Amino acid sequence: MRLDRLVRCAEELGQQPLPSFLEGVSAGFPSPAEAYQEERIDLNEVVIKHPSSTYFARASGHSMRGCGIYDGDLLVIDRSVEAKSGFVIVAAMNGELLCKVLDTDNRCLKAANPRYPDIPINEEMDFLIEGVVTHSLRCHTGT
Amino acid sequence: MIALVDCNTFYSSVEAIFRPDLRGKPIIVLSNNDSAIVARNREAKALGVPDLEPYFKIKSQLDRLGVVAFSSNYELYSDISHRVMEILGEYAPEVSIYSIDECFLMLDGCSYNFENYGHEIVDRLWRDVRMPVCVGFGQTKTLAKLANHIAKKSKKLDGVCSLENLKAWDAVFKKLPVSKVWGVGRRLTQRLNEMDIVSIYDLKNANTAKLQKRLNINLERTIEELNGNRCFDFESQPEAKQQIYSTRSFGEKIFTLEELEQAVSMHATLAMEKLRKQSGLARRLTAFISTSRFADQTYSNSGSVQFSVPHNDTGLAIQAAKAVVKRCFKPRYAYARAGVGLIDVVDENPLQLSVFEAPQSEKSKQLMAVLDQLNKHEQQVTYASSGIHQRWAMRRAMKSPSYTTRISDLPVIKC
Repeated sequence: MRLDRLVRCAEELGQQPLPSFLEGVSAGFPSPAEAYQEERIDLNEVVIKHPSSTYFARASGHSMRGCGIYDGDLLVIDRSVEAKSGFVIVAAMNGELLCKVLDTDNRCLKAANPRYPDIPINEEMDFLIEGVVTHSLRCHTGT
Repeated sequence: MIALVDCNTFYSSVEAIFRPDLRGKPIIVLSNNDSAIVARNREAKALGVPDLEPYFKIKSQLDRLGVVAFSSNYELYSDISHRVMEILGEYAPEVSIYSIDECFLMLDGCSYNFENYGHEIVDRLWRDVRMPVCVGFGQTKTLAKLANHIAKKSKKLDGVCSLENLKAWDAVFKKLPVSKVWGVGRRLTQRLNEMDIVSIYDLKNANTAKLQKRLNINLERTIEELNGNRCFDFESQPEAKQQIYSTRSFGEKIFTLEELEQAVSMHATLAMEKLRKQSGLARRLTAFISTSRFADQTYSNSGSVQFSVPHNDTGLAIQAAKAVVKRCFKPRYAYARAGVGLIDVVDENPLQLSVFEAPQSEKSKQLMAVLDQLNKHEQQVTYASSGIHQRWAMRRAMKSPSYTTRISDLPVIKC
């Protein structure tokens, strides 16, 4: 079954139109730029590794400044990435979505701002890791 | 082996994805115009919230019980459905999407431990989408569907049920009513019961030759499928619809011809979009307007237009729908509902025209292609006859944000 699909894909690839070049055909020396034709960079490809498990969210508050996450920044959250100690994560705690640094050694959520206390994680809490913040995006022109 | 993955109370589960505070709480989702309850999660069912009940009738009761109600958020539901299906595509070489929240996986030739495989799928969809699902395995689509039902009902199974060893399930089949079998509706259940076929076990072992005389061929196929013999194709595409309808109640009563024309223009636009998506052409359009059934003065009327050329041109459909409404309209009624239907739908290719029919013009086809391209992601270009202030637009007062499709609606996370 899988082999069939591979063969089909290969056939479809073979049928795809070749990239067309804007340069006209000339008999003289070819333009050196032609060899470097590439796709424009797509930011989605850079920040989204797993599209079906990636979500965007808006940061609200100042406790993560030490990690470079400011109020109003856009967060890229991937639910499929395994949360390790030291990662910036989003957690659901007692029904609220929080962005903090995970510290498994001390079983707590740490803020990246000394003015905010650590939040210990204990058994009675309703606690679940919702995903890992893989990137954050800030607008520097104020709009 | 075939698997059926079915999301648990899909609409209400979607509403809890970005609202961890609502997980484990009773949630309901309302139909268009917030009129009836169309989805209830397990917690709401446990409280005895009835299905399809008019919402306004029991609203205060629900509020007292702490039931959280949402208007339908189709933008969000379709994105989440898309994510679920995308992930399921990784689990089988071939999948067949059955509905917004159900998908068959073709697993022939795979030598997995199916129970483990099912749990893997359940865990993955919870981790990546926060969607609770059940997975049923069976040799046929009918058995996979039944397995899924058993997985949903039995707490012991933890969301996964495999009917791989069919014989071992006779005791369970004896307890389950025939109505739980795919394709056995209320009326058929009644007729089967009259013939002493009450449980799934009864149906599975029924004498097909005897039954066939009294019932239809599909039932024979269902019986075969219950015994592990495939009769239904694993078709990847659902069959094209022979009729397409777009109808809806208005957010508030309307009285003028102009507004009714706007409403049916929008429905004609939507119906034609659907038609083009399935590469169809329509020969006939119907349109209707009506007051509420409960109004003091009730009135309802409809009409239809036969097209000289089968087509999928939105402009022509709007013209036709407006002409019908103009004919039907009577002043001084409080209109509550309008709609457009495309009937006698045919496939674009191969199209068989009668001697008197000419094909749709090339110009119109090109215009429609450009229109669909522009409106691919968002309704950007519409015919002006749909109006700009849509007083009759759907009421969705309790709609959740479109968390994943609108940048202004992103979930907010406390830092």
